[in-house]
Amino acid sequence: MTLQIDQVTKKFGTFTAVDQLNIEIEQGTMYGLLGANGAGKTTTFRMILGLLTPNEGHITWRGETISYATSPHIGYLPEERGLYPKMKVEEQLIFLAQLRGMNKQDAKQALTHWLDRFEIPQYRTKRVEELSKGNQQKIQVIASLMHNPKLLILDEPFSGLDPVNVEMLKAAILDFRNDGATILFSSHRMDHVEELCEQLSIMAHGKQLVQGSLKEVKRGYGKQDVRIHADFDLSELAVMPGVEKMTPSIEGAVFQISDDIVAQQLLEEAMKRGPIRQFVMEEPSLHDIFIEKVGNAHA
Amino acid sequence: MREFWLVFKQAFMTKAKTKSFIITTIIMVLALFLMANLNRVIDGFTSLTGGDETDVVFLVTEDEALYEQIIQTHQSGEHTFMFARDESQSKEQLEEELKEEKFTGLLEVRQDEQKVIQATYSSMSIIDVQLPTEIETILQAVQTEAQAKQLNLSTEQVSQLLTPVQMESKNISPTAKSDEEYVQATILVYVLMFVIYFAVIMYSSMIATEVATEKSSRVMEILISSISPVKHMFAKVLGIGMLGLLQLVTLGVAGFIAIRSNQTASTFTDLISFSEVSKTTLIYALVFFVLGYFLYATLAALLGSLVSRTEDVQQLIMPMTLLIVIAFIIAVTGLNNPEMALVTWASYFPFFTPLVMFLRVGLLDLPFWVPLLSVGIMLVTIFILGTFGARVYRGGVLMYGPSRSLKDIKKAIDLGKE
Repeated sequence: MTLQIDQVTKKFGTFTAVDQLNIEIEQGTMYGLLGANGAGKTTTFRMILGLLTPNEGHITWRGETISYATSPHIGYLPEERGLYPKMKVEEQLIFLAQLRGMNKQDAKQALTHWLDRFEIPQYRTKRVEELSKGNQQKIQVIASLMHNPKLLILDEPFSGLDPVNVEMLKAAILDFRNDGATILFSSHRMDHVEELCEQLSIMAHGKQLVQGSLKEVKRGYGKQDVRIHADFDLSELAVMPGVEKMTPSIEGAVFQISDDIVAQQLLEEAMKRGPIRQFVMEEPSLHDIFIEKVGNAHA
Repeated sequence: MREFWLVFKQAFMTKAKTKSFIITTIIMVLALFLMANLNRVIDGFTSLTGGDETDVVFLVTEDEALYEQIIQTHQSGEHTFMFARDESQSKEQLEEELKEEKFTGLLEVRQDEQKVIQATYSSMSIIDVQLPTEIETILQAVQTEAQAKQLNLSTEQVSQLLTPVQMESKNISPTAKSDEEYVQATILVYVLMFVIYFAVIMYSSMIATEVATEKSSRVMEILISSISPVKHMFAKVLGIGMLGLLQLVTLGVAGFIAIRSNQTASTFTDLISFSEVSKTTLIYALVFFVLGYFLYATLAALLGSLVSRTEDVQQLIMPMTLLIVIAFIIAVTGLNNPEMALVTWASYFPFFTPLVMFLRVGLLDLPFWVPLLSVGIMLVTIFILGTFGARVYRGGVLMYGPSRSLKDIKKAIDLGKE
């Protein structure tokens, strides 16, 4: 267990920003933190970094409380750009790497490596304000990776990047994970979380609604989608027991069911009525789970 | 400590390397040299434009004896002008020529029975006060002589009559300085007061802007995840402070060289020659600049940490700037009367001390414990403000939103505590 967040609550006055949060992240895994705006993700990150102290609960990394002594092992990418607009890329990144405990020589080498890897060596002597948003984001990412951190905290790492750069960044993050780094990241993009994370949490209004591995979360959702393509009217099937919702589609309909057995019954009933062109059982997407969970929490 | 020096170096270097900082310093040094050599510059211009010609004043009188006397008196002394006479021209013709500025002035004189001289001086220049005064002195002498003759007074009797009173003013207050010292000190104190005033305003608002920039660019979040906000704040204050000291020392050295290189016949440089008095004054100036800077810079950092946008900085540091301005006004008022009660009391108020106490130690011979006491008060205030500032700063740097009032200080402290 490297990062452990144990029953953590954070209040600002009467407002509870984070309520009884539990997260455990194994070394060498990636953890996704999902949540709408204002769900308490940034507050959680700030508590992990030691910038804020929880009112209740503990946060430990490798069994110890995080302090400025551990900060050289942590890489942090804030949600919004956090760079000096008027400083040159090189000076800035070396300064930030030195603050994280690197010496100047190593910092220079790491800088060359990362600028090349992200295909932006030409920006080395440019000022940050002269760069495009996407390139600034790349510099920001380099700032969080340069000192080879063992714990990476990435707040919306992919925002503002085009698909090519997203792939470049994903590859870099996966390399870190394969080298044994522990990674916690937040995103609005469900597909990224689904693709990258072994474990995840969904937060809303400071509360942890769902948590576990991707499979557990999907299974725990307890619902599946059945997609049937047929040329006859399927709407009669909507009243069958076990069917929770039917959404007509162009070629047929999608049924949301609560149990695997219902799928078999649906197939039998449908076949009685005519020829079926396609029958697919689909896992619920993280997107659907998120919308339902967070949507309910809003209501 | 490593991070502390990194931030210190960064605060110092990035500013010191900017073009604006280098150019401003160069301009200031050039201005100093220009000021120290002002007399040469003026001489240069004068020789370039051909200099001033000797003024000519035409004398119009019907009294031959009076004319002779005036010319005689004029010749017996040194004067910046010369008299001329042209009997072929009438007074009106001469006036016409005066209007064309062919000469400087026209003096019409006559003498009545009582030997009182009635004179009219006309000229085209309004601002020239020296010439009429000189003429008046000559005429006065002529008149005195004529009247003495009428009263049958000998030359000795006349000079006896005109002997001025011998009066010397002496200040026996133990805190007073000698007249000469006092004039020297006033000029030096005045100049240094300006320097302290501008430097404190300039560098502390630089701090506030720096902190606000780091906050608005969100680089602060990264910084304070590597270095504690308190260390960051003091490293920043110290870094900019060193920058200010470097700039002031550069100017000081440049000023010294400029004055030294122009030691010849300048009354200004004589006045602020580096006597024993001015040495202690300079040391006090340095002490009060450093203390004043730390006091105001800590306050500025605190205020800067409260805003999220650099545009709001000026608004929030306004009350602080006002404090310095008030201190400056009190100090300037005190220049004429440094023993005023207001000045004495204000000099112990830590926010006024850098200027007002400096004025007092510069102009008066105070017992040593007086400035020492005020330095002590300042140190305690800086310590309290530093502790308090650090608490506000810790929360302030994490606070975003439309914060631009002093009420946010409480919010920041709460956030920093948690």
